[in-house]
Amino acid sequence: MADLRTNLAGITSPNPFWLASAPPTNSGYQVQRAFEAGWGGAVWKTLGDPILNVSSRYAAVSFNGQRVAGFNNIELITDRPLEVNLKEIYETKKRFPEHAVVASLMVEPKQEAWHEIVKKVEAVGVDGLELNFGCPHGMAERGMGSASGQVPDLVEKQTAWAKEAAGTPVIVKLTPNITDITATAEAAVRGGADSVSMINTINSLAGVDIDTWLPIPNVSGKGAHGGYCGPAVKPIALNMVSECARSSRINVPISGMGGVSNWQNAVEFMLMGASNVQICTAAMHHGFRIIEDLVEGLSNYLDDRGILSIQDIIGKSVPTYSDWGNLDLNYNVVARINNDVCINCNKCHIACEDTSHQCIDRLQDEGGNPILRVREEDCVGCNLCSIVCPVDGAIDMIEVPHELPVMTWNDRQSLLGALKDSKITK
Amino acid sequence: MSTVESPLPDKFTANFKEVELPLSNQEALNEANRCLYCYDAPCINACPTGIDIPSFIKKIASGNMKGSATTIMTANPVGASCSRVCPTEELCEGACVLNHSTKPILIGNLQRYATDWAIKNDQVLFKKGEPNGKKVAIVGGGPGGLSAARELALLGYDVTVYEAEKEAGGLDTFGIVSFRLPKKISLWEVEQVEQLGVTINTGVRVGKDIEFDELLKTNERVILAIGMGNVPNLNVPGETFNGVHDAIELVRSTKSSPFPTHLEGKKVVVIGAGNTAIDGATCSVRLGAENVKIIYRRTEKEMTAYDFEYEFAKQDGVEFRWLTQPIEIVGDADGNVKGLKCVKMQLGEASSDGRKRPEPVPDSEFIIECDAVVKAIGQKRHTDFIEKLGLAHHDGVILINKDSMQTSNSRVYACGDVIFGKGQGEAMVVSAAQQGKTAAYHVHESLKEMYSA
Repeated sequence: MADLRTNLAGITSPNPFWLASAPPTNSGYQVQRAFEAGWGGAVWKTLGDPILNVSSRYAAVSFNGQRVAGFNNIELITDRPLEVNLKEIYETKKRFPEHAVVASLMVEPKQEAWHEIVKKVEAVGVDGLELNFGCPHGMAERGMGSASGQVPDLVEKQTAWAKEAAGTPVIVKLTPNITDITATAEAAVRGGADSVSMINTINSLAGVDIDTWLPIPNVSGKGAHGGYCGPAVKPIALNMVSECARSSRINVPISGMGGVSNWQNAVEFMLMGASNVQICTAAMHHGFRIIEDLVEGLSNYLDDRGILSIQDIIGKSVPTYSDWGNLDLNYNVVARINNDVCINCNKCHIACEDTSHQCIDRLQDEGGNPILRVREEDCVGCNLCSIVCPVDGAIDMIEVPHELPVMTWNDRQSLLGALKDSKITK
Repeated sequence: MSTVESPLPDKFTANFKEVELPLSNQEALNEANRCLYCYDAPCINACPTGIDIPSFIKKIASGNMKGSATTIMTANPVGASCSRVCPTEELCEGACVLNHSTKPILIGNLQRYATDWAIKNDQVLFKKGEPNGKKVAIVGGGPGGLSAARELALLGYDVTVYEAEKEAGGLDTFGIVSFRLPKKISLWEVEQVEQLGVTINTGVRVGKDIEFDELLKTNERVILAIGMGNVPNLNVPGETFNGVHDAIELVRSTKSSPFPTHLEGKKVVVIGAGNTAIDGATCSVRLGAENVKIIYRRTEKEMTAYDFEYEFAKQDGVEFRWLTQPIEIVGDADGNVKGLKCVKMQLGEASSDGRKRPEPVPDSEFIIECDAVVKAIGQKRHTDFIEKLGLAHHDGVILINKDSMQTSNSRVYACGDVIFGKGQGEAMVVSAAQQGKTAAYHVHESLKEMYSA
């Protein structure tokens, strides 16, 4: 079995799967159950001045019968007294010394407030701190969470205040509710962060009840925006992790999260530069027992490839992620339909005909059976047909050989520029 | 007669409850979401009425139940009945592309789910067309006649249906066992047609209660959808003994209360191996018969009943005796059936229809002890009636122009079982429905031409 031990800025854990700071990590009872089940670490539900919560709190988005494709919440940080949480953290860490226990923190943007809370949680033995600059709802209205996480200067300053008092590694958790997440990630690094984690939840309104016309969820007839997470946000999270991973100015390890639901997702995040992953919605959907498949699936994946340690895949795909201007304009793929696998649902045809490039013909073979064929000369290689195809292996995207050299948009522009310059000189 | 129901009919009521359970909401939703929503889907082409199946399924998934039922009933005016009686594995479900990768969508069950919703919620799905002042008479209120009536009413015609039975619906109302198709489903379809202003004169037999010529005189067009008759005679001695039944009559007797009790505890032999024979046999079982056998002069391989019907009969405990031909019904001194004398058969050379001809095995006669014999060897034709109308026919099968459903009398059209046979037409309810639609469109076309000229 491959070595799954991970190390995020000095915080070690038996495997890369941490429970994210959220309802599953609300209490010692829960975190200890999670560790018993096999989770590698847990970021405790955010500590701060206890708040008041509302009822109801969650909503989910179903899609074509698939429940919890996306998840939305309007719950705030911990509503339990700090002392109770500290006592349970102490007990948990004592029972599970090998597991990572990280305290998520959120206080007013004041130096002394950060110093005070950092000292309190470190006193009970946490392995690290995660500064919550991400929560988009409720706390943001009070100048905390994403309200400070959206202002790079505030991120930098508060990170520095926490670092002044911290003896353990400081992770800064970033909000995705910002145009360019690398701006705040860089600010965290400038403030001395040992690691950044992302993403927190995305501003969201889960839905409107079309019978009552009330927002979902609603609290006595009123709703407010919540934070969106779950499988639907994974591509957004993965991009933000990748953008930070490929930035030379963000040279701290990343803890990746946002829609991670299975071991394959974890592999994706780690290939794109995450040193570990945090999970919440999948556990809320199915319980802590999903850890068994997460660990086993990841381990088998590595074993199958002869990879000895999970460390060996971190960031391996980052060099393949670039800007559009660096993509080769001379590269070409086309769709090819395997009629022996195709079941003739014609979904590729209608998708191409109505919404893409009109290059899939409905024909008949010698026996008069219906077949589908791509006019490769008209195919732009958009992938749509293979995306809508319900049968694995029915449509392959084939690389078309060519002899032209690599030509990116950036290459092209600089060549054109040079040409223009030479004309001007003439 | 006492109005208090005896405990026995109660027991039979349970026996005749619909066998196939409806899909639950969750099952329907899951199944609907499993549909790929194919483009130009093969299931549509495999449906004789061309129901836009992916659309009605998509509408179930989206919660647009009224739209779903409307999509079904637009294409098939007897779509609720068809959802229960269509041989779906040979039609839509047999064509489902998922046969190639997983399992076909349960199209019939979903169609039932959508139409059941419409029935339960008292939905009126259609509005009659602007009256055009033209009259059409339809003889026969079964699937073919109802479909024609519905389409013509939508087009604005003044339609009168003449139905010999006390209730319309034909085969769907009286000829299909309740545990497959409860009568109320068929009667809902009748009601849908009536709501479009169609007059349905029940209990009126054309040729007896009203003359056909009268219909021709008072209507621009007449559509004949008179179906077929009862089971013909076996032409063996003993057919008049007490205890000899007609399978179609037997099924009919179970579609109205009270249930007959004459088969209770009896040994029953059913002759024939088509779907009607299966119905006769399973009805007998459900009416309390002690033992039910189906005898057939050919083998399992040649039987014409659908596979699922054969399986169903076996599940019901019906025994099958292949290569067995009845030669005489044996009675006792009181004139009651006490046995069926049969002869063993063997398959010989193939005859002109390609099927091997059964031949008697010499000296192989034997008697099957029984108290009742149910005949299910096909259906009689209304040949005399058709003859009287002067329409071209082939042994009682009205000859038509297959495109227009027009008979040899240009003002008379025909559809349904009356045109089925001798290589023409199809025996399914769904085919009759489509033929009814086709007849209606061609009636409309012919009148449009006439009036615009």
